[in-house]
Amino acid sequence: MEIPVSFDYAPAPESKGNLSIKPKYGHFIGGKFVAGSKHFPTINPATEEVLSRIALGSKADVDAAVKAARKAYTSTWSKMSGKERGKYLFRIARLLQERSREFAVLETLDNGKPIRESRDIDIPLAAAHFFYHAGWADKLEFAGLGTSTKAHGVAGQIIPWNFPLLMLAWKVAPALAAGNTVVLKPAESTSLTALLFAELCQQAELPAGVVNIITGDGSTGAHIVNHPGIDKIAFTGSTEVGKIIARAVAPTSKSVTLELGGKAANIIFEDAAIDEAVEGIVNGIFFNQGHVCCAGSRLIVQENIADEVLMKLKSRMAKIRVGDPMDKNTDLGAINSKEQLLKIRELTASGDAQGAQRWSAPCELPTKGFWFAPTIFTGVTDSHRIAREEIFGPVLSVLTFRTPQEGIDKANNTPFGLSAGVWSEKGSRILWASQALRAGVIWANTFNKFDPTSPFGGYKESGWGREGGRHGLSAYLKGIGHE
Amino acid sequence: MSERIDVKKTYKLFINGAFPRSESGRTYEIKNAKGLFIANPCMASRKDLRDAVVAARSAQPGWSMSTAYNKGQILYRLAEMLEGRRTQFVDEILAITGVSKVKADKEVTDSVDRLVWYAGWSDKLSSLSGSLNPVAGPYYNFTVPESMGVIAAIAPEVPSLLGLIDAIAPIIVGGNTVVVLASTQAPLSAMSFAEVIATSDVPAGVINILTGKKDEIAPWMASHMDIDGFDISGVGAQSQGALRIAGAENLKRIFTFTSADPGRILAFLENKTVWHPIGL
Repeated sequence: MEIPVSFDYAPAPESKGNLSIKPKYGHFIGGKFVAGSKHFPTINPATEEVLSRIALGSKADVDAAVKAARKAYTSTWSKMSGKERGKYLFRIARLLQERSREFAVLETLDNGKPIRESRDIDIPLAAAHFFYHAGWADKLEFAGLGTSTKAHGVAGQIIPWNFPLLMLAWKVAPALAAGNTVVLKPAESTSLTALLFAELCQQAELPAGVVNIITGDGSTGAHIVNHPGIDKIAFTGSTEVGKIIARAVAPTSKSVTLELGGKAANIIFEDAAIDEAVEGIVNGIFFNQGHVCCAGSRLIVQENIADEVLMKLKSRMAKIRVGDPMDKNTDLGAINSKEQLLKIRELTASGDAQGAQRWSAPCELPTKGFWFAPTIFTGVTDSHRIAREEIFGPVLSVLTFRTPQEGIDKANNTPFGLSAGVWSEKGSRILWASQALRAGVIWANTFNKFDPTSPFGGYKESGWGREGGRHGLSAYLKGIGHE
Repeated sequence: MSERIDVKKTYKLFINGAFPRSESGRTYEIKNAKGLFIANPCMASRKDLRDAVVAARSAQPGWSMSTAYNKGQILYRLAEMLEGRRTQFVDEILAITGVSKVKADKEVTDSVDRLVWYAGWSDKLSSLSGSLNPVAGPYYNFTVPESMGVIAAIAPEVPSLLGLIDAIAPIIVGGNTVVVLASTQAPLSAMSFAEVIATSDVPAGVINILTGKKDEIAPWMASHMDIDGFDISGVGAQSQGALRIAGAENLKRIFTFTSADPGRILAFLENKTVWHPIGL
C-alpha cells in the first residue's frame, strides 16, 4: 500500500463578487467626484493587469480640495456639536463593516496582500478605528493632560501603499473626531479603496468637503504639504520623505505628525518559548510581505539558542504559502510594485556582497507579477546595509548576542525607533528589556498587533507623534502652551 | 585704612558637573545698564557644546532610571539651595538689568516656587499622561511617558533666572538631560545657578550650562546629531525656521513655549506602548 507523503491545499480563491471597478477615476472634492485631467494606470501587482486609471492631482486640484475643506470647516464642521460629528463617524464605521467584503477584495487586488489579511486585519481594524474615534468626538475635554479641545482646521494627510484603507482610517478618523476637515492623498499605487471610501462618505451623507480625496504621486503630495491653506500635516511613509516634509513645513506654523520607517529588532532570549517565538518571528517579518514600517526585520537571538531557532525558523518558512493573494490559503502575497521589488533586490544583493549568507524558502513564484521569496540572512553584522536600512520586504537579517545588555545595545543601534519585540518567559526580564529598548511600541511575546485604543508611533528618526488612543487623538487638537 | 578690594568671581561654563573655561579661550564682555564693566563670561565654542552633549548623553540613562521620587527630591533640593542664596541672585539681577529691587526680588521668588512646582510633577506624569489601553483581544497593553534623551535649550534673554529655570526644569523632571544656553546679556544668574546645581545632588552631566552667542550656538545645537529635542523659546521668531530646517536632519523634536504648563514637560517625553498576551 502506498502512503501519501504529503497533502496540499486545493486552490480556494475568493471571488470578486459584486465588486465593480470603474475604468477611470477622478478626485473627490466638496462631496462630488470631479474629473481629473491627467491619468495613470493602477495595476494588480500579482498579475500586472491594469485595474483602472487614476487621476494625477495638480496644484489646482489640491487648491480646490483645500478650499472645499476650509469651507466645510468654517460653515459646517466646526459649528456642529461633537455629539453629531460623532454620529457621522459611527455611520462610517458601520458602513465599512457592511461593505467589508467589497473593500477587502478591492484592497487585495490593488495592493497584492493576501485576502486573509485584508479580510481579517485591514478592513475590520479600519472600521474599529472609526468606531473608536466616533466616541471621542463629544468628549474632547477629557482628552488629557496638555491638550485643548480646539481643532487645527484643515488637515492635509498623505498615506502609504502598505495598508491603504487602514492608514486612511488612522488618519481620517481622529482628524474628524477632533473637528478637523481633511484633504487626503492615497499612495500612487493603491488609490482604489480610498476612492471607494469616498463613495461611502456619500452614503453616510457626510457634509460636503469634510473629506476630500486627491489622488496622485509625490508631486501631488508636495502641493498638499506646501499649501498655505492647510493647518496640519500628517504623513506616513519613508523617513527620507518625512525629512523633506519636516524641512518644508519648518518655516510655517503648520503642525506635523510623521509615522516613518523602522528597522525593528526582535530579540529572542535563551529562556523564550522557542516554538512561539518562531511563530512571532514569521509574523514579525512576513506579515504583509514585510511591507510594514514596524516589521521585525532584525532578528537578534541569544547565541546559545541561535542554531535551534534558525533550524525551526527555516522549517517553518518552508511552509509559508506564497502566491495568488486572492487565494484564502495564501500567507505571502505579491510585492506591491516593480519599483519596490527592485529595491528589495538591490538591498539583498548588498547583503551578499557584504558577506552575509542568504537562505530563501524553497517555493515556486508565479511568472507574472512581482514576487520575492521569504528570505533570511545569517552572519549579519551591525554595519551591514541589510542591518541598517529598511528593506520593506520579506527579508530578515539575523544577528546574535551573548549577554542581555549586548542584545539591547544591538537592538538600539539604529537611527530608527518605531518598534521592537522581546521573547522571554521571565517577567522581570521582559519589563527590563521593554524599558531599555528605545522604541515607541514594544511587543513582548507577540508581534505586529494593532488596535485603535493603543498609541502607535516612533522614537528618533521613526517620526513625530502617535496614532491611536488618547495620545493619537491629541495630535489633531491644538496644544496648550506650546506649538 | 584703605578700602577693601572685593573678590570678583570668574564666570565659567558648567559641563559634566565641573566648571571649565571655554576650550576656545574666548570670552565676551558684559556691562550693566549704566555701561560699566561687570564680567567676562565664556563664549562657548562648538567643541564646548559637543563636550556638553557627551556629558549629557552619558548621564541620561542613569538619570532616567532613577526613581520619580528621587528626581522630585533633587528638583526640590534645587529650590532649597536657591532659597538659601536669594540675596546673591537678587544682587546679580540688579547688577546687570537695572530693574527695580522689587522686580528682581519677585523673579527670584518665582524661580524658587517654579522649581517646587516642577519638582512635584515627577511622580504624577505617568498616571496622568500614561494609559491602560483596552485593546480588542487578550493582551495587556499600556502606554507610559518616557524620557526622550538629550535635549538642548536656548533660555530667553529675560527674565534671565526664571527663564533659565523654565528651560531646564521641565526637560529634566521627566528623565532627560539638558544642555542649555543661558541669556547672552545676563548670564550671571545662570552661572551662579550652576553652583546651586553643584550642591543639590544633581548627577554630573544632567544639567550643562553654556554661555555665549545665540547666533553661533543655536545652529550648532540644531544640527547636532546626538541631540533629540530642542527648546527654541529663547530664539527670535525670524531665526526659528532655519533651526527647524537644520533639526530635520535627525528629526529633532523642536518646540517653543509661552508658559509653564504640563504640556511643556510632555513635549520632551516619548510615549511607549507595551503589549503582552494574557493567558495560562
